[in-house]
Amino acid sequence: MAIPREVERPQPKLVPWTRKLEDVPWWGLIVLLAFLLIVYLIYTSATYQDAFRFLVVGVKLTILVTLISFSIAIVLGLTAGLGRVSKNIIFYTGASVYVEVVRGIPLLVQIIYFAYVVAPLLVQVTNSLGAFMLQYTAIQPLMGLAHTFANLHIQDVDVTARAIAGLAFGYGAYEAEVFRAGIQSIERGQMEAARSLGMGYFQAMRYIILPQAIRRVLPPLGNDFIAMLKDSSLISVLAVRELTHLGKLNRARTFRTFETWNTVAFLYLILTLSLSLLVKFMERRMAFEE
Amino acid sequence: MKSNIVEPLPMDDDIIIIEHLYKSFGKVKALIDVSLRVKRGEVYFIFGPSGGGKSTLLRCINHLEAPDSGTIIVDGIPVTHAKTNIDLVRAEVGMVFQLFNLFPHLTVLGNVTLAQEKVRKRSKEEAERVAMELLERVGIPEKADAYPSQLSGGQKQRVAIARALAMNPKIMLFDEPTSALDAEMIKEVLDVMLDLAQEGMTMVVVSHEMGFAKAAADRMVFLDAGRIIEEAMPEELFKNPKEERTKQFLSQILY
Repeated sequence: MAIPREVERPQPKLVPWTRKLEDVPWWGLIVLLAFLLIVYLIYTSATYQDAFRFLVVGVKLTILVTLISFSIAIVLGLTAGLGRVSKNIIFYTGASVYVEVVRGIPLLVQIIYFAYVVAPLLVQVTNSLGAFMLQYTAIQPLMGLAHTFANLHIQDVDVTARAIAGLAFGYGAYEAEVFRAGIQSIERGQMEAARSLGMGYFQAMRYIILPQAIRRVLPPLGNDFIAMLKDSSLISVLAVRELTHLGKLNRARTFRTFETWNTVAFLYLILTLSLSLLVKFMERRMAFEE
Repeated sequence: MKSNIVEPLPMDDDIIIIEHLYKSFGKVKALIDVSLRVKRGEVYFIFGPSGGGKSTLLRCINHLEAPDSGTIIVDGIPVTHAKTNIDLVRAEVGMVFQLFNLFPHLTVLGNVTLAQEKVRKRSKEEAERVAMELLERVGIPEKADAYPSQLSGGQKQRVAIARALAMNPKIMLFDEPTSALDAEMIKEVLDVMLDLAQEGMTMVVVSHEMGFAKAAADRMVFLDAGRIIEEAMPEELFKNPKEERTKQFLSQILY
């Protein structure tokens, strides 16, 4: 009996061509298109160009405020994060109160609170200190300082500095939780091995736990940095001349609502998208190293 | 730094003295009235079923676990005393863990030198010299610049032993050092331990490796349900264990 010959048939395509369309990063193309449109408008339309020129100045302050606030927030967060994993009851309680209270209050309220409650209070305390020094000190060099203290006025405290303090304090609580989670994600054996070699708790933290934990929390820290860049728009309520506030000013100046806020949104998007690309790049490099 | 202001107790041959040690985790009693003495230069072998309290007992010696009550004296220093600076004791007591616990962010060399520099305050050069000598001794000097993730289990454990030895400890504690290893890697670790035992290191070993016990142990203790059931020389314990429970356990694990 003859064995039936295998008929050569063209292989059916396993993946329909429509499936390939799904792989195209459409969202990226759409965003890119919108970008090009706005860039085109800025180049051609006088209104857009005017808005852009006026607003782009604010980008610098937005970046500056975010950088400074985030640096402070990281220091605060690391300190409070260490407190959250500490066995020292005072350190732990202090850190927990900070984290829980701050996370429960809207950031906008905190910023206002810092600018109009905490800062004036600190000024008053400084005034009293100055008055006290004037009364009791006879040392000449201290007199000048005492005068400065006594006559300090709330207007002397830069509103941008107050805004930075509010942002940093608010974000510090979130970073504290990021650091806490990072520290707790390191296996217990690491601490035990370090301690068994005679290292103290702080040495073990410094040389063994934190270097590993920080590597793990870099992606969430990057995300929070982007989030803070966006939240820095909240300080426009204090009339800090950052991007959003300049947006308000530009609209009031030109009555071009549409063009103004289009440009503001565009500028924020450029910042955040390029930052998130940077974060992704860093994450990929870290993953490769591990 | 807090110093050990507590007067060291009069020293005799016993480098580790444990008396009436109790430890429980919640309702589970891990150690019940455990007393034992380890002589200087002795290999003290602890074995028994899982959950019997072996590891807990070992971890109490360098205070990774705080006992509920009882006394532990290590080289004349009362570990259980509140005023004792435990870090100073731990620097003298090396420990090797079941899961190696190497520091993954440091090279092999970094793992072995870190505590030397930070605790023993040795210079970088000296620490590296000591580290290379020890890596030579455990047979993997060529891995000095590798990261732990690039090592096999047996190599990891040998690095962990070198890391502990770098502190020039007076006592070495081994917490199931071969339990997480593939069969063909157990020997390379046991060889290093045997070598160490022959040099006269005081060793407390928690393990199931009865071959190692036969070859190196000076005394063996059988721990079950938190109590010391029996303590004897290896040949005696293997030939005619006194307690029924010991017999039963040995018959289950020995072919």
